[in-house]
Amino acid sequence: MPELIRNGVRIDDSFAEAFPMSGTGILITGPNAKWARQAAQTMTGFATSVIGCGCEAGIDYEVPPEETPDARPGVRVLLFAMSSKDAEKQLVNRLGQCVLTCPGSAVYSTVPGEFEIKVGDAVRQFGDKWQMSKVVEGRRYWRVPVMDGEFFCEGKVGLTKKSVGGGNLLVMGKDWESTMRATEAGVVAVQSVRDAIAPFPGGIVRSGSKVGSQYKGMGASTNDAYCPTLRGVTKSALDEDIGCVLEIVIDGLTDAAVSAAMRAGLKAIIDMGPEQGAKRIGAGNYGGKLGPFHYHLKELLP
Amino acid sequence: MKPFILKLRQEPPQRVDLSVLTPDRLAGLSPVQIEKIEIGVTKISTKAGDIFDIVPGDLKNLRYEGGSSRFDLIGAKLLPEFSIHVDGDVGAQLGRLARGGRITVTGSAGPYAASGNIGAEIEIARDVGDFLAAPLAGELSGMAGGRVIIRGSVGSRAGDRLRRGVIVIEQSAGEDLGSRLIAGTIIVLGATLGRVGYLNKRGSLVLAQRKDFGPTYLDCGAHQLTYAGLLGRSLVSVSSGAARLLSCKLRRYGGDTSVYGKGEILTPLED
Repeated sequence: MPELIRNGVRIDDSFAEAFPMSGTGILITGPNAKWARQAAQTMTGFATSVIGCGCEAGIDYEVPPEETPDARPGVRVLLFAMSSKDAEKQLVNRLGQCVLTCPGSAVYSTVPGEFEIKVGDAVRQFGDKWQMSKVVEGRRYWRVPVMDGEFFCEGKVGLTKKSVGGGNLLVMGKDWESTMRATEAGVVAVQSVRDAIAPFPGGIVRSGSKVGSQYKGMGASTNDAYCPTLRGVTKSALDEDIGCVLEIVIDGLTDAAVSAAMRAGLKAIIDMGPEQGAKRIGAGNYGGKLGPFHYHLKELLP
Repeated sequence: MKPFILKLRQEPPQRVDLSVLTPDRLAGLSPVQIEKIEIGVTKISTKAGDIFDIVPGDLKNLRYEGGSSRFDLIGAKLLPEFSIHVDGDVGAQLGRLARGGRITVTGSAGPYAASGNIGAEIEIARDVGDFLAAPLAGELSGMAGGRVIIRGSVGSRAGDRLRRGVIVIEQSAGEDLGSRLIAGTIIVLGATLGRVGYLNKRGSLVLAQRKDFGPTYLDCGAHQLTYAGLLGRSLVSVSSGAARLLSCKLRRYGGDTSVYGKGEILTPLED
């Protein structure tokens, strides 16, 4: 594979192949940052991959009280699914089980999407007819009485079908420690980009997959070409100096957000250099025939 | 672009119906045609040209230079993105059934201001008569959206059968404030006379001055309500007093339990 080199780090002449998704974003506020964060973390738990979790979700950024509608600390959360129906189901379930239940929480829409998901309009029935509807500046909210006061929730949140899921960077290094160091730096940079999340644990996935399996009925299995322990016995994509591969998967509300997040991640990893961090950066794709969004690494280089 | 101006030439000899002079109805008409529009409500003819000098301009901003308590139905059925400004007083039914847009009045307004308002923002610098935002006889509900800011005091039955929207009254309110409330929010920074929230179903009354609300309102304790904080923030630019009141911890009285009883009166812990 022809390679480019930046700051001593080898860059594959490859691209990340990504897919259209239905995406939505909400702002969760709380009486303090701790409880706003708690609600957001609970809601985005078990949401690493649509394959097994039904959706991919994560914290986008924290919002200071002076920038939230109710002057309380907030956390912006993004959620992506393969269809608007799945996104609605996941959001309503997670809101009902994870945010409604979290002390002091309130929910606001943050995505002016082409479609709307009824969230408060669904959760309101928990109020058993004691709930009150309020319209403030053209937006409908629900006040649902709960044991610590009121759960305050916007009636509808926006949903966009222009979201993109599956932007990625394959970070390859000499050993686990140096690869992790570079990947963590990449994740920090990716997380600084708004409208994009890295939904896997700590933003990192170690079990990258390929399409298909030797077992019947399994749609995906371990990406043996990138497993360092199989380098000698499989058709490996790894060089001799690579002992570990970690992946950053990125979902964004827009094509531009995914592109910006990949660009930021690439820069951070390259800036660290091959001695401290990664020796090589690649990207995962399926030959370009499955996903309509292609993010070529050479076009995103600093 | 300069506003479209209707400059008062003389006090009208009778009440006049100015619902025919809303921007959408004036669009495409020449000043001569506008002068011929009949605005009188009796057998005696009064035409727009008898009362106003017309200065053509941008119809999105209609401006009455000079007002009168005989000017009825200004801004009736006003559409979104249009605005009307009145330098002076207005008569009855200001902003009646307005769908959107903005109406500002530097003087006082007569009865039934904002009656049936659906989405307009209406601001009146001085006092308003009875039945602010209330339905006309035979109608089932009053104002159904929008925001009304009254810098002065209002007469009796303000917010009667309010269905949706926010009303801020910066001074006092007359008898039976918020009677038969269906929903929506009324904020009063001054005193309230007589009963308040009589037969309130699901509406919110926020009163800066606490009083005895009668046996059908029941104390539900003091709370820091997220809703109050949000509403307060939305009012910072239009009524700092209301915003300040809503930022306080508020005591909630649930009622009116003589009817549906899902409404509330909110007051500060201390007057």
